[in-house]
Amino acid sequence: MNKNTKGSALANYSQLLVPLIAILLLVIFNLFRDPSFFSVGITTNNNGDPVLQGNLISILNGASELVILSMGMTLVTAASGGQDISVGALAAIAGSVFVKVLKSQGGAISPVLVVGAFLLCCAVAMAFGAFNGALVSVFNIQPMIATLILFTCGRSIAYWINGGATPTISSPIISAIGSFVPGMPVPTPILIVILMGIFFALLFRFTTLGLYIQTVGINQGAARLNGINAVGIKLLSFILLGACCSVAGMIGVSRLGLINHETLLINIEMDAILAVAIGGNSLGGGKFRMLGSVLGAYAIQALTITLYAMKVPSTDVKAYKAVVIVLLVVMGSPKVKETVERLRKRAGGKRPAGAGKEAA
Amino acid sequence: MNNADKTLSVRRREPLTDTQLLLTITICIFVGMYVLAMMIWGGGFKKPQMLFDMLNDNAYLIIISCGLTIVMITGSIDISVGGVTALVAMVGVMILNGNLGLFGGLQAALGLSDQWRIVFAFVMSLLIGLAFGLVQGYLIAHLEIQPFIITLAGMFFARGMITIVSVDPQKAPQSLMDILQTRIEIPWLGSPNKKGVMIPARMEIGVVIALVIVVLVFLLLRKHRLGRSFYAVGGNRQSALMLGVNVRKTRFMAHLLCGFLSGIAGFVFMMHTGAGNATNATAAEMNAIASSIIGGTLLTGGVGNVIGTFFGVLTLSTIKSIVTTSGLRDPWWQSITTGAMLCFFILLQSLVLMRRGKKKSSK
Repeated sequence: MNKNTKGSALANYSQLLVPLIAILLLVIFNLFRDPSFFSVGITTNNNGDPVLQGNLISILNGASELVILSMGMTLVTAASGGQDISVGALAAIAGSVFVKVLKSQGGAISPVLVVGAFLLCCAVAMAFGAFNGALVSVFNIQPMIATLILFTCGRSIAYWINGGATPTISSPIISAIGSFVPGMPVPTPILIVILMGIFFALLFRFTTLGLYIQTVGINQGAARLNGINAVGIKLLSFILLGACCSVAGMIGVSRLGLINHETLLINIEMDAILAVAIGGNSLGGGKFRMLGSVLGAYAIQALTITLYAMKVPSTDVKAYKAVVIVLLVVMGSPKVKETVERLRKRAGGKRPAGAGKEAA
Repeated sequence: MNNADKTLSVRRREPLTDTQLLLTITICIFVGMYVLAMMIWGGGFKKPQMLFDMLNDNAYLIIISCGLTIVMITGSIDISVGGVTALVAMVGVMILNGNLGLFGGLQAALGLSDQWRIVFAFVMSLLIGLAFGLVQGYLIAHLEIQPFIITLAGMFFARGMITIVSVDPQKAPQSLMDILQTRIEIPWLGSPNKKGVMIPARMEIGVVIALVIVVLVFLLLRKHRLGRSFYAVGGNRQSALMLGVNVRKTRFMAHLLCGFLSGIAGFVFMMHTGAGNATNATAAEMNAIASSIIGGTLLTGGVGNVIGTFFGVLTLSTIKSIVTTSGLRDPWWQSITTGAMLCFFILLQSLVLMRRGKKKSSK
């Protein structure tokens, strides 16, 4: 009850507890299973550059798209109290536009063209994001329903853009985006994630956007009465998510060097929502912590890589993932917390010293 | 008596409630679309068999959507239904084949005959569905965890279990499928084929099961105490609680019923296809949600009708067959038109709701 007054610093960070515990458990589990799991080595890649390698790097690298999407998803969840289930489809559309532009110049891929392609795919994805956002904010439709439209037809639109083909692109610039910039040992997707993180950190540090999003999420009517443009804020959160989708789509396409509308970032919307939830953010909107979602995304990826390292077939991974997810969510559920609290109090009644520690 | 008078007078003033209005719109659009298709493309659409084929192909989807409608009326969501259906179908086929590990041994020990195998498969379908409903319902209703997360985990679990049960696609023995795929022939709805011989309309048993379930769920929602409390809980949980509705039990029952119905849907799916495959019933949950929405169920809860859902499924499949017959053969058109149609219905609902909101605020 006294959370707001007493130990507010602790309360601020308590929501990061679940993803941190999840990551910690995975680390401990992996240390016992195979201590070499965390070894990071340096090898030379095909271009003769030294690059970092190891499970840790592949977790950080592989989670890049998920992390970026979960950043945007956090904003949408906080502002609208619902989730966008079309992010995977939107990333596929963005990827298709990206490849379409790159292909338009007959094979020669210059840095200017790549930048242009990215800007265009970003614009398209933001336009689709604005479409979702308009349905949600202007027409008051539940986000999950509004984005169901794009979820249903988004991948088909991507297919349409490419005229029913899965074109491939190969260029040093594209492989630099998807894997390594020459001379840089860290995979580029990780760097992009860091850039996005800095962008959002600065955005929240120097603008009131974060505060406004929370206000709209907590009580839209009250936000409106206080002079906040609630419709605009919701729309903006969806447009930002669209931009995140385009970045994720670009990374996904560059990684493989081809666009496959069916398989690009498939099922990632579910993982992104999960990352937001594991990060301790309420799926009903309101207060949010983007760091929580990012940690949640890394926890999900760590779990997946751990399962792969244990030689679980890729098709079976889902089942084990589900069990872990349920355990995590049950641990973090308010009812279980209450019960634990009650048990603690009962124990505290017998040993007052222990109770004092808990209160502090 | 007094109460009844009051509701009557309210009805007289406002001829249609939201549920009825949305339902009427859906049915009108479905009938209009079908008649239009009959006039423009004639051919297949004029034969009653077209309608029966739609029912045959979508019997499982109708059952899933019924369950989902119940859950959506209580203001919750279940996206594990497609996965559960596929898992049940896989397990069912394995049982019919008699090669499901432990169960295979059990069957051999019991010396089950073919007919009993079918019964065994059916019982297992129901049990799997119930198990999913039970666990998810408990976690959602009693531990108050967000339904999206739990049922998402349910979907992952079901989809993962399919490949754990069997990596290879399975096919049921033909002798058993002949029994399961018995078709009911309706001679008076038949149509002549090219040689002029009357071919009776054929309907699968699954369709009968689906129709019975639609009627049962309709009665449950309309007449039964539990059905009414679904609406109460979905409309406003707090007031429902104050009116003495057991909110926890109601939400639990909704998820239990949904799981149970997806179990039946899995069996019907198996009856239709006779195959177990990891990609079975892909995106069925989203199709079911779309059908429910087209049928006038609101995801916010409290509003919905299972008859509308039934027509929602038919509308979806009519759109798909119109797209294929109208010459838009490129593979992407089907889902793009479905998306556009969905967009139309969603906007329509939103406008209806906004109108209601304005009326309320003006009062």
